[in-house]
Amino acid sequence: MDTREIDTRNYTALLKKYIETQDEQALYGAEQISKSFIKKNILPEEFVNLHIQALLEIYPDLHDKIKPSMHFLLEAMISYGLAHQEFQNLREKQLAIKSEILVAARMQKMLLQSKIPETDELDIGVISVPANQMNGDYHHFVKGKDGTISITIADVIGKGIPAALSMSMIKYAMDSFPENIMTTDTVLASINRVVERNVDPSMFITMFYAQYKPDTGKLYYSSAGHEPGFYYSSRLQKFKDIESKGLVLGVNPDASYVQDELNLEKGDIIILLTDGVTECRRDNQFIDRTEVIDVIKKYIHLPSQEAVNHVYRHFERLQNFQLRDDFTLIMIKKQV
Amino acid sequence: MNLQIQIDEKNNESFVHLSGEIDVYTASELKEALLPLTMKKGHLLEINLENVSYMDSTGLGIFINALKSAKEHASNLKLVNLQDRVHRLFQITGLNEVMDINTTIRGVDG
Repeated sequence: MDTREIDTRNYTALLKKYIETQDEQALYGAEQISKSFIKKNILPEEFVNLHIQALLEIYPDLHDKIKPSMHFLLEAMISYGLAHQEFQNLREKQLAIKSEILVAARMQKMLLQSKIPETDELDIGVISVPANQMNGDYHHFVKGKDGTISITIADVIGKGIPAALSMSMIKYAMDSFPENIMTTDTVLASINRVVERNVDPSMFITMFYAQYKPDTGKLYYSSAGHEPGFYYSSRLQKFKDIESKGLVLGVNPDASYVQDELNLEKGDIIILLTDGVTECRRDNQFIDRTEVIDVIKKYIHLPSQEAVNHVYRHFERLQNFQLRDDFTLIMIKKQV
Repeated sequence: MNLQIQIDEKNNESFVHLSGEIDVYTASELKEALLPLTMKKGHLLEINLENVSYMDSTGLGIFINALKSAKEHASNLKLVNLQDRVHRLFQITGLNEVMDINTTIRGVDG
């Protein structure tokens, strides 16, 4: 006897019991059976049919008018059955899409992972956390043959999958540039042309690109409309904005950029971020940039990686662990 | 929070008055309202942002889209009366250099 047959028997017994005693237990039993039927994908009209069979077994001499009424009900249930089947199909499809996105997110993570270069000169820490499955923030480090360390941080506007796809474009375009012989402004001008040709008109990318040259201790940088980072001077014990003018990528193919430079001394710190950090809200009020500095100050004595982890946790708590935007924070300390 | 879009069209000019927040939830509505107005040759589209208290980067994307469309169709796009927070976004992104932006709040400078 298969399980369905057992259910049928149970149902008949429960129905009989309920008709005779109106016992609540029987109702509970009916609920259990219906749950098990749903799991087995048994359609509503089959359920009605089961009811008819059970009724006929209990009352073989069922009133003539009742029988056709039951068949009438059975027909009426067929549309519900179709709706139920459609719901099942959608649920399966949804699961498939969900797992596809998960695969894509994992692939994106692998594709975009950037190892912090090993260097005695700089202590680098980075944290990047997506608000949804796919990250619209991008960061990348490269150490060149001559020891130059290049640092990229970017924010793709437009969230989710389209943003994630454009990120791969940035990565491949950046990888194709000849190593470190280009100045930071020409790198941005080149990547801007690639982006402009390839994005939707309402999409754009902000990017900050820097090269640290260990032989001179200088940091060269350019910005394409990116949220300004902070420079901490250990000598003055002061923070200031790293201002650099430049149009966001993807708006004008002929945009040009400027290269600025900073002389880094021992103990100086560079902080780069995306607007997910400065756009944190607390009780619907935005925090301002001085508040971001105050939080960074609290952890600045720690090694860079620990410091950025702490800062992230602070803002995560502040927003009740619900990120509204992707969050990326890079801290670079000059060690020697 | 919602975004209210009020459009007054006169001959070859449109004045759009926005109030509320421009973000990922209200951006597509704004895009649908603005884009057709940028597609008329020689048309002047003036957008008043006096009562826009917040705009995120998705909102900025809508204005970039409108700017590109205005260029393509030879119409003019002008933003007026931006609040500080919103104006800062145009400054950081360098868009203030390529867009016609007038930040004078009416009543302050006449």
